[in-house]
Amino acid sequence: MIPLQAVALALVALGGLAVVVARDIVRQALVNGFFGLSLVVLFLVFQAPDVALSAITVSSAAAPLVLTIAILAVRRREGRR
Amino acid sequence: MSYLPYALAAWLFLVGLYGVVTSRNLIHLVVCLAVVQSSTYVLLLAIGYVEGGTAPIFNGIPLGKKTVDPVVQALTLTDVVVSVTTMALLLAIAVEVHKRTGTLDPDELREVRG
Amino acid sequence: MSLRTRTGLFLASGSVLAGLLGWAFAGLPAFGHYHGVYGRALDRVSLGQTHAMSTIASVTFDYRGFDTLGEEFILFASVLGVSLLLREMRERDVDAKRLTERFEPIRATGRIGVPVLFLLGLFVIAHGYLSPGGGFQGGVVVAAAIVLLAIAVDYRAYSGLAPKSAADLVEGVGAGGYVAIGLGGLVAGATFLESFVSRGTIGELASSGTIALLSWSAGIEVAGATVVLASEFFEELLARRR
Repeated sequence: MIPLQAVALALVALGGLAVVVARDIVRQALVNGFFGLSLVVLFLVFQAPDVALSAITVSSAAAPLVLTIAILAVRRREGRR
Repeated sequence: MSYLPYALAAWLFLVGLYGVVTSRNLIHLVVCLAVVQSSTYVLLLAIGYVEGGTAPIFNGIPLGKKTVDPVVQALTLTDVVVSVTTMALLLAIAVEVHKRTGTLDPDELREVRG
Repeated sequence: MSLRTRTGLFLASGSVLAGLLGWAFAGLPAFGHYHGVYGRALDRVSLGQTHAMSTIASVTFDYRGFDTLGEEFILFASVLGVSLLLREMRERDVDAKRLTERFEPIRATGRIGVPVLFLLGLFVIAHGYLSPGGGFQGGVVVAAAIVLLAIAVDYRAYSGLAPKSAADLVEGVGAGGYVAIGLGGLVAGATFLESFVSRGTIGELASSGTIALLSWSAGIEVAGATVVLASEFFEELLARRR
């Protein structure tokens, strides 16, 4: 196993822990973005460019979109009350 | 050292599961579930890896060259895209729950009535 | 059950699970020494049989095309579930305002980004079997380009370009198209999802038979589904105050 893979593995492990530990949902959405990016690097280093491509699009476009809109919808209703 | 990726998969699974169990917010729970899903992707790709192999796309490389396994990659890539849709479904459920009960805390939700 | 009890229970059962996982993973071959024959056999024959340079594309849409059909319908069902859950809104009930009111640099770059990203998405779908890419990846990029319109301009422009009815139709065409192409294999006398279009020459865009058609149909479905999803969430967010 080359050192690049070991570093990528360590980053993903830290990222996963950070996502769970971030209890505020706005902060967690941001950390989830970084966790997705570290997953992309891991997929690339595992010689899987197709998977890395779908992980990039999903974790930087689709997932933050649905997360942010859900958080906003909840916050807006709470602010209204 | 050579079992480190499998250890990562187990670590992500357990950490995500811990997040799901001890979550106080339904939206936080959904993102922790995404961490659990990503552990399966890491496991699949780690199983299929071949030492010294390259990506299984024969665009410019000769046909006999050692490549990593393509089947696990095909399984994982459709899964990654579909997982965001199921995450959206869970978030829609969370938004609906908040609409009806005013809270996102799983501990405060009462049993379903009627 | 209180949080403390739950955490204690989880720590107990989690450590048992960790032990079992460790024992299970120790039985796997070491990282990098994969012994499977299916992948190696596919690597050797895939280029000759399907004329697709990317073995992953040929596995996704040809050798295991049936599994991809199932995945597509998981996507379809999830979007259906979201549509059923979130409420139905009429056009005049949506309080359409700018979503990024004060961020002029974002709006300026976003406006340039929309057509570029759209073309990039179409490129990724089209070259799915010649390089990394394909229907699933490119479909999300195309949908991201359309949703960027809502963020960079305003919601009215987005719902004018991609009204929910049109996106619904596109998604249905994509999903049904996949099955129709598969049935085309049956009609042509072969099995379901077998290629009935000529395979062409390796390396050209017009090659690899039905892999190209299935990739496009999957891309159309994923793009339509993601746009419907975004529309549902936007309507939920922008519902007019009652």
